[in-house]
Amino acid sequence: MNLAVRDIRHHLARFVLTTVGIGLLLMIVMGMGGIYRGLITEAILLVDRIGADLWLVQGNTRGPFAEISRVAANLEDRARAVPGVAGARRFVSHTVQRAHHGRPLRIVVQGLSWPEDRGAWLPLVAGRPLGQAHYEMIADRTLGLALGETIQLGKDHYTVVGLTQGMVGSGGDGLGFFSVADAQAIQFDEPPEAVRLERAARFERVTRTDLGRVQPALAERGAGPAADIPALGRPLVSAVMVTLAPGADPAAVAEAFSRWPDVTVYTTAAQRDLLLSGMVDKARRQLGLFRVLLVIISAIIMALIIYTLTLDKLHDIAMLKLIGARNRVIVGLILQQSLLIGALGYGLAWWLGQYAFPRFPRLVVIETADLLALAAIVLAISVLASLLGIGKALRVEPNKVLAA
Amino acid sequence: MTAPTTVPPALEAERLTKVYGRGNTEVVALRDVSLQVAAGEVVALLGPSGAGKSTLLTALGLVNPPTRGRILVRGQAVLDGDRALTDLRAFRRRHLGFVFQKANLIPFLTALENVQVALEINDVPPREARRRGLELLEYLGVADRARNHPDALSGGQQQRVAVARALANQPDVILADEPTAALDSHRGRQVMELFARVAHERGAAVIVVTHDHRALDLFDRTFEMEDGRLRVGNGPASGGPSGIGG
Repeated sequence: MNLAVRDIRHHLARFVLTTVGIGLLLMIVMGMGGIYRGLITEAILLVDRIGADLWLVQGNTRGPFAEISRVAANLEDRARAVPGVAGARRFVSHTVQRAHHGRPLRIVVQGLSWPEDRGAWLPLVAGRPLGQAHYEMIADRTLGLALGETIQLGKDHYTVVGLTQGMVGSGGDGLGFFSVADAQAIQFDEPPEAVRLERAARFERVTRTDLGRVQPALAERGAGPAADIPALGRPLVSAVMVTLAPGADPAAVAEAFSRWPDVTVYTTAAQRDLLLSGMVDKARRQLGLFRVLLVIISAIIMALIIYTLTLDKLHDIAMLKLIGARNRVIVGLILQQSLLIGALGYGLAWWLGQYAFPRFPRLVVIETADLLALAAIVLAISVLASLLGIGKALRVEPNKVLAA
Repeated sequence: MTAPTTVPPALEAERLTKVYGRGNTEVVALRDVSLQVAAGEVVALLGPSGAGKSTLLTALGLVNPPTRGRILVRGQAVLDGDRALTDLRAFRRRHLGFVFQKANLIPFLTALENVQVALEINDVPPREARRRGLELLEYLGVADRARNHPDALSGGQQQRVAVARALANQPDVILADEPTAALDSHRGRQVMELFARVAHERGAAVIVVTHDHRALDLFDRTFEMEDGRLRVGNGPASGGPSGIGG
């Protein structure tokens, strides 16, 4: 006869409430683990998916994710000339926040090197890649934009032609993919008055020099659009991504780039390490510590619940001892209940998580290895939690029945 | 010519003394109490509160060892002072049955399961335990309540189930501590009759601590306790040859 099951059946409401409580607590522990994994996944998502072998960034920086990096756009052309390089693309990435339908909308603006890169590598769930050089965008679903919807960013309107799923930046904001030119237009957009003031300042600076005074046409050119001034460089980009030719030795190509004094080269693996050890590390450790605390709290709460359930049964346990029940009967009664609460709580946590986690604002990734580890932890907690109750039960004297 | 065989008493207590506390707080609860109860005999222990009846009963039940003296069951010494001469819990399981003022049934088990658990604890297979449990409930007239939990039974029914549990492993000795105190006189007498029937039909020695003098006619012998001493009682059935007052 299984005494644990019979006790549970008799006190079903109390057992269900206890299990639900433990289940919710374990769901939080599970969720914290998922948030931790999600943080890592989000951080390295773009680096992993974008398909670059090497990253060329501003010299002596750890850009473009861990810190700001600025390189000339024509670095792309220089990179293509290096033996072993199959292709090079400009990388432009920055975050903007705009009001959309009365709500703040944060977009990680991501430049695609049109026409080589139209976003065909993106996991599209609806629509198509970019079809023209300007005024189109591919948006992640987390942004809440609909296919065909138009949004104004800077002075221009962009139409959503494709939708992705799960493409977010390291901060959890959804990615929006534009051509590099559009991404830069959004990044460097200035109000007309700021443009006029800058042109006037340029004119003033030129006319104060001898060259400006003897060549008035130069001063007039300086007062025109920046794009018409050959002396001004093209807008900077964050980095250049290099794709290697089949059979090329990555170390040899990286070695060639490392001899360029104006850039620093990173492999994709190095870029991933920079992200995880830099940006994400503190958040990761914080979540890890919080998770450990939650596990300890769960263990304490479970121990208290099991202990209280045992106290309620002390008289019955004394009676069982009086009629000669072996210790293993008593231990089994308490341990089985503890294990049942742990197992059912764990199952409930997993089941509830299936519905709750996808609704979290940030990505929650539940991996099988983490589920198995948590199952082992719950098993250990259940056993440890029952020890307090078992200790109390084994100490109770059978003559307690007579005293009652 | 065969030598005469002597059947040992079902329960024998030799010069039991129980002392609680020490020095100024010392209380002597039992003073050289000796007692023999034969198989099939029903014995009543009478006496005022604090006389030592329950202390004697718990000592005989092997849950409250005496300070001095020996306890033997069926001739086997099981306690010498507070020194156990065998595994007491296992011994209780096989040889002793208990009934109390309150039935002390396990609340999360049905009437049948309360009997069944005592059998399964003694390694009786579940199916057999169930069969024997039902038989016992039938014997005690509560088979129709077999599937009810204790909170759905009357006091008398609970006490009958407790008796069934005490009888489950066919014990040599049944110890009952004021088993009728919570019952009305009619039901109290029914329970006492039950003990007498169990002793006579099943050959168990039954020792009942009671204040209820109305059912003393059902006992084979009575003893009275006062200040930790045991003496033969003056009731309708007083101590016979096998009883030795301390």
